[in-house]
Amino acid sequence: MSDAAVTITTKKDWASDQEVRWCPGCGDYGILQAVQQLMPELGVDPHNTVFVSGIGCSSRFPYYMNTYGMHSIHGRAPAIATGLAMARPDLHVFVVSGDGDALSIGGNHLIHALRRNINITILLFNNQIYGLTKGQYSPTSEVGKVTKSTPFGSIDRPFNPVSVALGAEATFVARTHDMDRAHMIEMFTRAHAHQGASIIEIYQNCNVFNDGAFGQITAKDSRDAMLVPLQHGEPIRFGNERERGVVLDRGGLHLAEVAEVGEEALLVHDETRGDPSIAFMLSRLAQGPYEPTPVGVFRAVERPEYGAGVNQQLAEAQDDKGPGDLHTLLRSGATWDVE
Amino acid sequence: MTDTIDRSGSNKAEVLDRLVVRFAGDSGDGMQLTGDRFTSVSAAFGNDLSTFPDFPAEIRAPQGTVNGVSAFQVQISDHDITTPGDEPNVLVAMNPAALKADLHRLEIGGTLIVNDDSFDERNLEKAGYDANPLDDGTVASYRVLRVPMTSITKEVCSELGVKPRDADRSNNFFALGLVSWMYTRPTEPTMEWITEKFKTNELVVAANQAAFKAGFAFGETTEAVGHRYEVRPAQMPPGEYTSISGNTALAWGLIAAGQLSQLPVTLGSYPITPASDILHELSKHKQFGVRTVQAEDEIAAVGVALGAAFSGHLGVTTTSGPGLALKSETISLAIAIELPLLIIDIQRGGPSTGLPTKTEASDLNLAMYGRHGESPLPIVASYSPAQCFYAAIEAARIALKYRTPVILLSDGYVANGTEPWLLPDISTLPDISVPFATEFNHTDAEGEPEFWPYLRDEHLARPWAIPGTPGLMHRVGGIEKSDGSGNIDYGPENHAAMTALRQAKVDKVADDYDELEIHGDPDADICLLGWGSTWAAIDSAMQRQRRAGHKIAWIHLTNVNPLPHDLGEKLRRYETVIVPELNNGQLCRIIRAKYLIDAVSAGKIAGLPFTAREIEAAIEDARQAGATS
Repeated sequence: MSDAAVTITTKKDWASDQEVRWCPGCGDYGILQAVQQLMPELGVDPHNTVFVSGIGCSSRFPYYMNTYGMHSIHGRAPAIATGLAMARPDLHVFVVSGDGDALSIGGNHLIHALRRNINITILLFNNQIYGLTKGQYSPTSEVGKVTKSTPFGSIDRPFNPVSVALGAEATFVARTHDMDRAHMIEMFTRAHAHQGASIIEIYQNCNVFNDGAFGQITAKDSRDAMLVPLQHGEPIRFGNERERGVVLDRGGLHLAEVAEVGEEALLVHDETRGDPSIAFMLSRLAQGPYEPTPVGVFRAVERPEYGAGVNQQLAEAQDDKGPGDLHTLLRSGATWDVE
Repeated sequence: MTDTIDRSGSNKAEVLDRLVVRFAGDSGDGMQLTGDRFTSVSAAFGNDLSTFPDFPAEIRAPQGTVNGVSAFQVQISDHDITTPGDEPNVLVAMNPAALKADLHRLEIGGTLIVNDDSFDERNLEKAGYDANPLDDGTVASYRVLRVPMTSITKEVCSELGVKPRDADRSNNFFALGLVSWMYTRPTEPTMEWITEKFKTNELVVAANQAAFKAGFAFGETTEAVGHRYEVRPAQMPPGEYTSISGNTALAWGLIAAGQLSQLPVTLGSYPITPASDILHELSKHKQFGVRTVQAEDEIAAVGVALGAAFSGHLGVTTTSGPGLALKSETISLAIAIELPLLIIDIQRGGPSTGLPTKTEASDLNLAMYGRHGESPLPIVASYSPAQCFYAAIEAARIALKYRTPVILLSDGYVANGTEPWLLPDISTLPDISVPFATEFNHTDAEGEPEFWPYLRDEHLARPWAIPGTPGLMHRVGGIEKSDGSGNIDYGPENHAAMTALRQAKVDKVADDYDELEIHGDPDADICLLGWGSTWAAIDSAMQRQRRAGHKIAWIHLTNVNPLPHDLGEKLRRYETVIVPELNNGQLCRIIRAKYLIDAVSAGKIAGLPFTAREIEAAIEDARQAGATS
């Protein structure tokens, strides 16, 4: 997605006149702020930008952006955005979705949009709960979770959204969280610049139905110890003194003390690796948001974008056969004259 | 058919006014291809014609069994016809199973041509015959031609170096050659067609041509075949014709709709019988700017179409009944956000998987009512293969003008059937373009210009402002919107008003219709009310009834929702209204409810189109009921 001319806008230009109606204290506010702050930096026009959402708390997002937008159907935003982005490669298309919307009812559309590499940017708000329907467990809720629909604890295994995206061989996959606006903006900027489908899992706090789900890793005083920043080309290190790191050996990924193994033993992060296996392992480094958890860009690889392929075939057909002529088409089979 | 058969042995062909041939064989015998060739040659010869491919859902059912029989019926005539004929005059049965499946269809005294070689013990057993039906009197009421097709074909092919097993594949061309001789079809087009079709394999070309010539020669030299018949060209309106199937006409109609609206066409589709051929056809014509996406499922397919429509394309999705059910929620969204969208349902037998390759018109209820909430939409029905072209343009016209989803109902019979089509002068096709919104249309409280996405035009359509248009940024969505501003509005008065507006907008579509035509005898006592593919059988039945001296009126609907303004008044003129439909009375119930007319349903649920005789029977029943009441 790139404009020939850079457009000058301010944050205000991107906010619609609609009153924001999320619960006070919801993590969604932070994400909306980050996006509205980001948009002027991208140098694009509000009228060339479209936000498409499904259903859920996060999916109210388009109403608050002064762009074109569609608040669509539960789970279907990636399918609708596929038609939109393919038809109009000139547009900047964002999909806003949640863990229930994207991974439960809309799981099929999500993996196929990623597989096809549609030129869209997917913001996946993961709060591990159904908020809009008032507190049922979601496909990312942990086993044993007690909710209104699981009074004896959930027995479902959760999806790991980054693992799912990598399994679908998405070309751009990142993770961030709602407590760090600078990191969100960095991830969104990278995702927007990516040609093809990009997906960012955003750990988002639902302070009403699942408060503090990510608190152990995203709170200001625990971030350094619990978030593992992925930097392309750099050894993977974290910790208050960057004293810990990630090692890859025959047994898989391990956390290690840098002092013990030496920095040269650490895994050097390569987001451009064609094989998504190591990225997949990284996505599963933590069993849950209570262990050191990688954030940043897991994978950013180049692969032809779907809409470009479609348009190339159209152009080739027109070069080959000339622009379509209806009169000729109707006579393309055997014809005969009746006097 | 003529009543007398000239056995004088004269070389002159006897003239028939029409002929119905049914080719039946195993799924692997190439019967569809054979029927298609006979049709093409007859079309080019100038006959009017109508076809009915009738094949099993299984790609290859167990060989030699009745379940695996694939048939192709074609009627050719020297006058205007619309159906593939009630009863074949000629049945070509390539094996015992085909005989078992189709003999009952053949008219008494009709010609039965069988591949005698295939009536061996094994094949008879597979077809469920205890004894050879050719010997035990089963076929006594027919004129039987027992032809050793396999052995002759093997013989002529072996001279070319074709292995005996491969020669079997040319049997169908032998049959085609024989029938071509019997009914004086030109041979040259088929010889040329074989050369072109099989050009990658010279041996196959040679084998098929040899078999075809052998069949033709067999007719010429074998006394038992008798003499030749001919069906002369029909008196058809002058002009240029092509032979067209319903699904191809529909695909071309969509391309035309794109041209006539000056919009790129985007099709989202998921493979489903009998609609997939539209996806196949459209995917070939990218030079028209047509984009096709084979989506991951039916829901995604309509989602892609709706996303494209939001962006300013003519968004289309094609499906059959089960797929239409899956698309229901997205169609409701299109109703709420008031965007043009074309949904094409090629109906088949249901419920569930039902009869995927057989026809039925039982999705009218689904099209009318199969959505949550109060969600009306216009419905257009195509009634013949060629008319699918115009039905597609009409459906697109309504969708674009009123910014609404439109369902176009076709069915398996129309989709796969073919007929000659008098090609239109494309300059006579309607301009269906609509303007995009480009400017502010409202002033806010401070006197500043602004854009209201739900401010309606005289047709009650809201502005279509596509992304990329400066200043007109707006949000649409499934939550109820305030009329005018388009802001979220849960208010009771607004919801009532928006519901009424959505209905009123659909009702207005009927303002565009021409006055309904009453076919036949407007002063009759009985009126037939048809929609969709029943057109062909009703047309034939009416012609027969009128020839027999009865008066019959007939109204055929192409716009099924909203119903034409003048329908109620016109139907009330008749003592009896009969509604033949390939369902259990879905339109009939709408007519009864809307007009309080005691309309009579004549339904058929058999996976097959009506025969003219069945329509006549319904008329006779009604006439007798009228006489005794």
